[in-house]
Amino acid sequence: MSSLAVAPAHKKRSTYTWLFYLLPSIAIMLVFFIYPILLTFFYSFTNLALTGEAAKALKFIGIDNYVRMFQDPTVRISIWNTLVFLIGSAVIGQQVLGFLIALLMKHKNKMFRRVVGTIVLAGWVTPEIVCALCLYSFFGDEGTLNAIISFFGIPEVTWLFTVPMLTVIIANIWHGTAFSMLVFQAALDDVPTEIEEAAVVDGASKWQILFRITIPYIRETITTNMMLVTLQTLGVFGLIYAMTGGGPGTSTTTMPIFMYNQAFVNYQLGYGTAISLLLLLIGIVLSLFYIRSMKE
Amino acid sequence: MNQKQRKILFRILPYTILTFIGICFLLPLLWVMVASVDPNAMQSLKLPKQITGLNYVDVITDTANQRAFVIGLLMSLGQAVLVVILAILAAYPLSRYQLKYKKPFMLTILFMTSLPITAVMVPVYQLFLTLKLYDNIFGVVLFYVASSMPYGIWMLKNFMDSVPGDLEEAAWVDGASVFVGIRKVVAPLMIPGICTVAIFTFSGSWGNFFVPYILLQNPEKFPASLKLYQFFGQYGMVDYGRLAAFSVMYACPSIVLYILSQKFMSKGFGLQGGTKG
Repeated sequence: MSSLAVAPAHKKRSTYTWLFYLLPSIAIMLVFFIYPILLTFFYSFTNLALTGEAAKALKFIGIDNYVRMFQDPTVRISIWNTLVFLIGSAVIGQQVLGFLIALLMKHKNKMFRRVVGTIVLAGWVTPEIVCALCLYSFFGDEGTLNAIISFFGIPEVTWLFTVPMLTVIIANIWHGTAFSMLVFQAALDDVPTEIEEAAVVDGASKWQILFRITIPYIRETITTNMMLVTLQTLGVFGLIYAMTGGGPGTSTTTMPIFMYNQAFVNYQLGYGTAISLLLLLIGIVLSLFYIRSMKE
Repeated sequence: MNQKQRKILFRILPYTILTFIGICFLLPLLWVMVASVDPNAMQSLKLPKQITGLNYVDVITDTANQRAFVIGLLMSLGQAVLVVILAILAAYPLSRYQLKYKKPFMLTILFMTSLPITAVMVPVYQLFLTLKLYDNIFGVVLFYVASSMPYGIWMLKNFMDSVPGDLEEAAWVDGASVFVGIRKVVAPLMIPGICTVAIFTFSGSWGNFFVPYILLQNPEKFPASLKLYQFFGQYGMVDYGRLAAFSVMYACPSIVLYILSQKFMSKGFGLQGGTKG
């Protein structure tokens, strides 16, 4: 680096001073971020609990938590719910809807783009508890949606009880779609117009252009965005917790909610940690894929 | 359908679909805004018979709410300042020196930016009990700082890469130390980057509900996000007007900061994590 060549004194010091600059951040990340990750692995093999006998004596219990996990039907339900939530709200909802909005907005009236874009963005910028509240009242028994459908003579539905998973999925779509929309808008702007124009000259239909040219061209963006959106959705807690509390029953209990219930409602911290480890491992695998896609 | 009708349909269809999507997105938001000024707010969206500011007055004059807002602001502000300072310091050697393990270090940082924080909250809770930081506002800030450090370092390192080294060298020749060089030359040239990181970390913790929910116990220490949740649970089913007014006020900082951040992100929006900002 040229800057080091002109400043010999600086160069001599640099081998040691880098540590001085990096140390504070590394220390704080080690204590409050990396250490908890390691603890997750450790605690998941213990009987850590907040109350009762186990609270007094921390014991190493091997894979008991995992054996229990695979026998616990609620774990299976929560994994299934997480999958439904991920696919419904992240993969299909935010991703497809975000792409659709970005695609339809291309070359449209500027004023119109601004208005629709701002509305969608507002849902993204709004904090999750406010989102939960807005959507809760929208789907409520006397909420806006029922008011609309009864106006058209359709009988009212108790949305939050009949289709609770659908309501939280829509809430998350409402909250998150703007991110995908922005990403795809930027990506679609980068598709060279010459290619599309050439395809039109060759007689390609709109659908052919979309599936043979546009989508393949932004393939990498789609993969990266998919990873990011999935990672964000994996950790969603507040939105579901405030809207349905994981219920009714276990119908919207995703893994974060189940982890919370085990650890802080049933005071089974060790067992709760075993579930969060599963969550963490999924996150780690997805993050590794994400980094690989960024490196290319 | 003849050719002409088809053409017209294809012109109108996108506008129709987008308008429909726009209305779907607008309705829940419209409710919270209208209900906040309606003296008889209900669960569903309706035109208020009269408009009142009383809901806002009630929320603002409540000392418990004021407290929650101040705590929330202090926490988020403290976190943003700490993250920016620590991340600039960390970014400096990563940007200017040739370090042996720079590449794997930066990849680890990038990896950490995308991990779900939710998954480590149970061990963090246990750690806070051990360190006697449970129910301590400063402890929560420390955890926030740690969790947004990777993002801060990643962004600021990339921003710093685009600041030319010549200006700094000129400052050294004039007798400035490395530290003064960062403070007086490098940092001022990175204001857009610093603001972006500060705004994103601020909004992140301002909007976060799970972390304080786990790590704080005493309601007197609750930041605005938790207070709103509490409000929602206690009076949510009755007092829609005040609840909506609280929500709007609570959402305001996030919205204002987002608009501000648009000024700094002039290049538009892409998956710019990997590219130089």
